[in-house]
Amino acid sequence: MSVSKEYLKEERSQEWRTELRKNLKNKERLEFARIKMNEVDPMERIRSNIEVNKGLSPIEAVAEARRCIDCPDPTCITGCPVEINIPKFIKRIETGDFLEAAKVLKETNALPAVCGRVCPQEKQCENNCFYQKKLGREAVAIGYLERFAADYERNSGNISVPEIKERNGIKVASVGSGPAGLAFAGDMAKMGYDVTVFEALHEIGGVLKYGIPEFRLPNEIVDVEVDNLRKMGVKFETDFIVGKTATFDELRADGYKGFFIGSGAGLPRFMNIPGENYIGILSANEYLTRVNLMKAAEPDTDTPLLEGKVVAVIGGGNTAMDSVRTAKRLGAERAMIIYRRSLEEMPARIEEIKHAKEEGVEFLNLNTPVEYFADEKGRVNRMKVQKMKLGEPDASGRRRPIPIEGSEYFIDVDTVIVSVGVSPNPLIPAAMPELEVTRWGTIVVNEDTMQTSVPDIFAGGDIVRGGATVILAMGDGRKAAAGMNEYIKEKVKS
Amino acid sequence: MNKIVEKEYFSENVVKLVIDAPRIAKARKPGHFVIVRVEKKGERIPLTIATADEARGTITLVIQTVGVTSSKLAALNVGDEILDVVGPLGQATHIENTGTVLACGGGVGVAPLLPIVEGFKKAGNKVITILAARTKELIILEEQMREFSDELVIMTDDGSYGKKGLVTDGMTEVIEREKVDLSVVIGPAIMMKFAALTTKKYDIPTIASLNTIMVDGTGMCGACRVTVGGRTKFVCIDGPEFDAHQVDFDEMLLRLNGYKEQEQKAYEEYTANLKK
Repeated sequence: MSVSKEYLKEERSQEWRTELRKNLKNKERLEFARIKMNEVDPMERIRSNIEVNKGLSPIEAVAEARRCIDCPDPTCITGCPVEINIPKFIKRIETGDFLEAAKVLKETNALPAVCGRVCPQEKQCENNCFYQKKLGREAVAIGYLERFAADYERNSGNISVPEIKERNGIKVASVGSGPAGLAFAGDMAKMGYDVTVFEALHEIGGVLKYGIPEFRLPNEIVDVEVDNLRKMGVKFETDFIVGKTATFDELRADGYKGFFIGSGAGLPRFMNIPGENYIGILSANEYLTRVNLMKAAEPDTDTPLLEGKVVAVIGGGNTAMDSVRTAKRLGAERAMIIYRRSLEEMPARIEEIKHAKEEGVEFLNLNTPVEYFADEKGRVNRMKVQKMKLGEPDASGRRRPIPIEGSEYFIDVDTVIVSVGVSPNPLIPAAMPELEVTRWGTIVVNEDTMQTSVPDIFAGGDIVRGGATVILAMGDGRKAAAGMNEYIKEKVKS
Repeated sequence: MNKIVEKEYFSENVVKLVIDAPRIAKARKPGHFVIVRVEKKGERIPLTIATADEARGTITLVIQTVGVTSSKLAALNVGDEILDVVGPLGQATHIENTGTVLACGGGVGVAPLLPIVEGFKKAGNKVITILAARTKELIILEEQMREFSDELVIMTDDGSYGKKGLVTDGMTEVIEREKVDLSVVIGPAIMMKFAALTTKKYDIPTIASLNTIMVDGTGMCGACRVTVGGRTKFVCIDGPEFDAHQVDFDEMLLRLNGYKEQEQKAYEEYTANLKK
């Protein structure tokens, strides 16, 4: 699956776009500076769950859209896992046709308001923008513009539902309702399939709901995008664990012709160091699930939460940033990141690190916990930390952290959140022994079609990748939809 | 969905709910559990399935009211619906013909023990069952257990019914008397700890079904983690049953109290509101 050059060329040569290019010379376009995102003041935002980024105004969006020179060979698209026609939607913003811009996004992206917020654009589309690549200047703010168009559409009350080809009545299922499953469902519905999304939890959205906090991605935004899928005819079943509540065979007997597994990277990793099972030490998944999915911090809910005053978050990824910033919002007097490499190697988005710093999060880089201690009730009260230095790059390409002998010291803490990665959820592979998995437990797929070793089963997202991003999961979901469509068409023929 | 079709009080604080859940009723096996959420603002708690009736499409849960969620569940009546019931979860009990099985249930742990006793009996084992509780009123499912047990021993702490003594006293008596090939224990963590210590002395393989704190119940959060044989395991996906001799019960007991303060406070508020 990839957008054809011919198609892009044809789109680009449409009169309205040619006209736009003529109206403003590239030289003039290049003179504008990149727009700054409006943010809620750090001291204000840490007292609530309010979304940090406020978005762009229409005037700001149009101004930013003008910077895009509508390249003949738009390299930005190659950086997008779902291949949004980026210049086209940006030029629609420039002309003020914001609803049209949103439609362009939805041609290939089932969740534009989500992606506009949580995609690492600086590593993807924007990293491949002409400004960045050729001029070494700040890229066009593609992510901000994506969010703008999607938000504009949602707030207008005029949400477009993508056109659905003739319904073919063929039943297919997505196992999991996270970004991979939703992207899969959107594409399959567009192609006319009868799609049901099965979700183990009681809410739709997977990591978008239980993982990413409201201050980065409000739940309401996810709900609206899910509703849009409903309008396209996608059905959702919560509290349903495929492989447990019903087996694949039972669902096949019910008429399902294809399955997409997007069950995510369930299992949190721990470090297996002494004292790690003391009370007050929990996985980032548990902490975020309690706060985001179960709303444990709200007074009228039943799920309990340990409110930490001194919180250490172990790890340097986006989940670690989400956790530490959540802790700050829940009243932590001291909230710190403990990361074994340096800031440079940190996998979290630059924006998340910046926001965390503004909010008063401490960064203890080149540090790693080696042991935990607890009071008489078993609640963690102290941790032993060792300092690290960087050695040669390891398999990940990042410089390997090496412990410094004799550098250990203690930090008083009352809550520790372990965010050192996740392993694939073993539920599905366990329910289906014939499914080929790697020794890490990820499902093996054909990378072009996302088909697994079981012909009617496709897979994508973290259950295949082991731990990646929302947008890569969505890209997989789309690819799997195309692959499954081909598979089913072939089967019907024969 | 999840409508309560039958309700029975075993005692003031122990209630049996029969719930309409046809998919789970069909799929569940002895040893499995479900995650339940009573209402929108409720928490998710794990409950081991007692029995199920596939033809009727129901599962049976036995609940002891110890906190807010169990009280809310027990307060539901026939015709009410439970917002979320998801499962069956966990690994099913490994049932085979091993000879003589000593099955021990304490408190409401007797309920999930029932299908396991039935399973072992039907697999051709001689099953000796011990039901233990503080006092007579808390002995549950006696008749049903008797049906699938070759011998049924009842132990109460206060001697108000059966023999006076702890579950471990009853176990020792049986083990001293005859060869036991496997023991299965389900009950409060403290009871399972001492039951495991008892069978360990005699080197009898023992399975315990753990009831830790869980949030999602599908391997995602790690709240349920326990140390088994020196390694961290997740009760929700690796368990709930483990080799009882390998389980670090002291750590488990500590972790079960992880949210005790909050739970107690919430329960006090809940009961105070009820009185109003």
